[in-house]
This record gives sequence, structure tokens and C-alpha cells, in this order.
Amino acid sequence: MKVIIMGCGRVGAQLAALLDAEGHEVTALDTDSYSFRRLPAEFKGTALMGNGLEEETLKKAGIEQADAFVAVTEGDNRNVMAAQMAKKIFNVPKVLCRIYDPLRRDLYTILGLEALSPTTIFAELLKEKLES
Amino acid sequence: MYIIIVGGGRLGYSLTKALLGEGHEILVIERNAVVCDEINKELGSICLRGDACETAIQAQAGTGRADMLIAVTGGDEDNLVACQVGKYRFNVPRTIARVRDPRNEVIFKKLGVDVTVNSTNIILEHIEHEVPSHPLTHLFCITGDQRELEILEIRADSGEAVGKTLNDIELPDKAVLSLVIRPDEKPFVPRGDTTFRKGDQIIAVAPAEVEDTLRQLLAG
Repeated sequence: MKVIIMGCGRVGAQLAALLDAEGHEVTALDTDSYSFRRLPAEFKGTALMGNGLEEETLKKAGIEQADAFVAVTEGDNRNVMAAQMAKKIFNVPKVLCRIYDPLRRDLYTILGLEALSPTTIFAELLKEKLES
Repeated sequence: MYIIIVGGGRLGYSLTKALLGEGHEILVIERNAVVCDEINKELGSICLRGDACETAIQAQAGTGRADMLIAVTGGDEDNLVACQVGKYRFNVPRTIARVRDPRNEVIFKKLGVDVTVNSTNIILEHIEHEVPSHPLTHLFCITGDQRELEILEIRADSGEAVGKTLNDIELPDKAVLSLVIRPDEKPFVPRGDTTFRKGDQIIAVAPAEVEDTLRQLLAG
């Protein structure tokens, strides 16, 4: 499957590496080319510098043919906007985004975005560990 | 009206002052504590410190009873989210977002923002108006769900409609020529037998997509 990952931070780069190793066609997108240093040497996908909030950049990344889009930049609002563009304008079948703020995540879940809050997930995980 | 303004920067501050002057109830939501204090010192305590993209802050601001939310921070995506939280979580009837990148206007409308204001386009429209040789000026855009209409000013020049009567020309679908402004004459509403002349200023109401056809027809 063809996947675009917006934001090549620790999570983005690691996800890109995992999917690439499994043979998927991965495009990592970031506004800062220095972020691409996080991609492993054996990464066979594309590292594209550009702003994922711009339609042209998304098209250049191949969003019209993409099977999945993942937004994991540092900014909740940036992730929300890009994910909505992918879903509602480019009709990408599978769209995921990270929203740190749990309340904002709840709202966008109601609005139909598949959003994950690492804050909630990690807090729950810690609680589980404490109780075990 | 109760209006919430997101972002207390230069634009937010001036807007707040102007709307207060018109007698509206205003609340500004601003993230920066220093900016927030300054506004409160200048205009009375009307600034709430916090991130307006958080539902908790909007709840605290009483967004549920707001008639309008205007997001004018410097970040397009922040303005989008503030408007969406207001609209979809608190049912604010009218949301307005400032966009810095003109390309975001269409995107924001597709994503539910009622009105977008884009300073680049506003300045462009003024320039168009100030340059008389410009064949077409956008006067006003009526926006909303599926009813985007433009009011345009077109200067007739060498288009094929010039020298013909209104009856003889074929206008694009849903376009209306509503007023003719001619030197030394009172502006008038064109009738079937009105002949268009070079130099006429014509006010037209038309959907945005036929703008080019109209320009061709009249200005050439």
C-alpha cells in the first residue's frame, strides 16, 4: 500500500521505517529536511521536503493515489487540518492523525477523523502498569 | 451580539476596539499572558488567557451563547481549529477565519468555516479598483453553501457583445447584467434593447465559474 507520513519526527520516522521494511511504498513528508536524518540508511521510500498543509505538496507526495495518510507533526492543529484535507478533499481511504489534547481528540472523533491521543493512551498504559 | 475573538494580536486588538465601539459584547481569547494583560489594561477586562482550540477554554468563554466567533491568529491551522471547535462543539451560528495563504480559502469553506477573510485578496481587489484599465473588478462575493455568487464590475471594451443589444447576446448560465454606468448618463438597468458601448461599466451578478466567459464577452 502507498502511505504518506506527514511529520518525520521520532514517531513518523519510525513508522516510515517499519512500513518500508515490510515492503510498503512510503513517502515521508517534512518541512525540515534535517528531520530525514532519522530515517534508517536502508530506507527505500521517498523523503519529500514540503508543507503538508499545501495542496500542491500533497499532490507532489502522491496523495491522489495514496491508500493511507498519517499526520504526526508536533502541532495538533496542523495534524487536524492535514488529516481533514486528506480525508475530505483527496478522499484518501485511511486517514490517521495524532492529537495530543484528549478533548480535541474527542471532538474530531465525533467529526469523523480517526484520531489518536498519545496522552490518553500512555496515561492509561502507565495506570495499568501501576496496578499490575 | 456576543462575539468571541480568537487572537489578540494587532488585528485582534483593532477588531475588538472597533466592535466594542459598536456596542457589542466582546471576549478575546489569547494565549500570550503579556498580550492578554495589555488588552485588559487598555480595554477593560475582556481578555481570557488560554488556547481557544481547547474545548475547555471555549466552554469557559461561554461560547455556547456566542453569536459569532472570529479567529484572527497568525496561524491558518489554528484559526481553522478554533472555528471548528466553536461551530461543531458549541454550535456557534457564524464562524469567521482569517487566512494568510489564499489557497486555504476554499479548503476552509469545504471544512465548515462560514466565512474566510484573506488580506491578500482584499488588497488585490482594491488595486483592481484603483487601476481603471483593469477589465474586471470583484465587488462582492455572496458565499454560503452552494450559492457562491459574485458581483462584478466589467469594463466593456472589444468583446463581441459590444455594439449588440442585450437581446442579441447569449449570456452564460445564471449571469445577470444588472446595471450600466456610462459617462454623462444616469446609471440604468439594461433592457432588451440596450446596446452596449465601449467604455460602459457594467455591474453583473454571476456565479464565480462564469466570470471568465463574461469578461471575454464584454471586455474581449
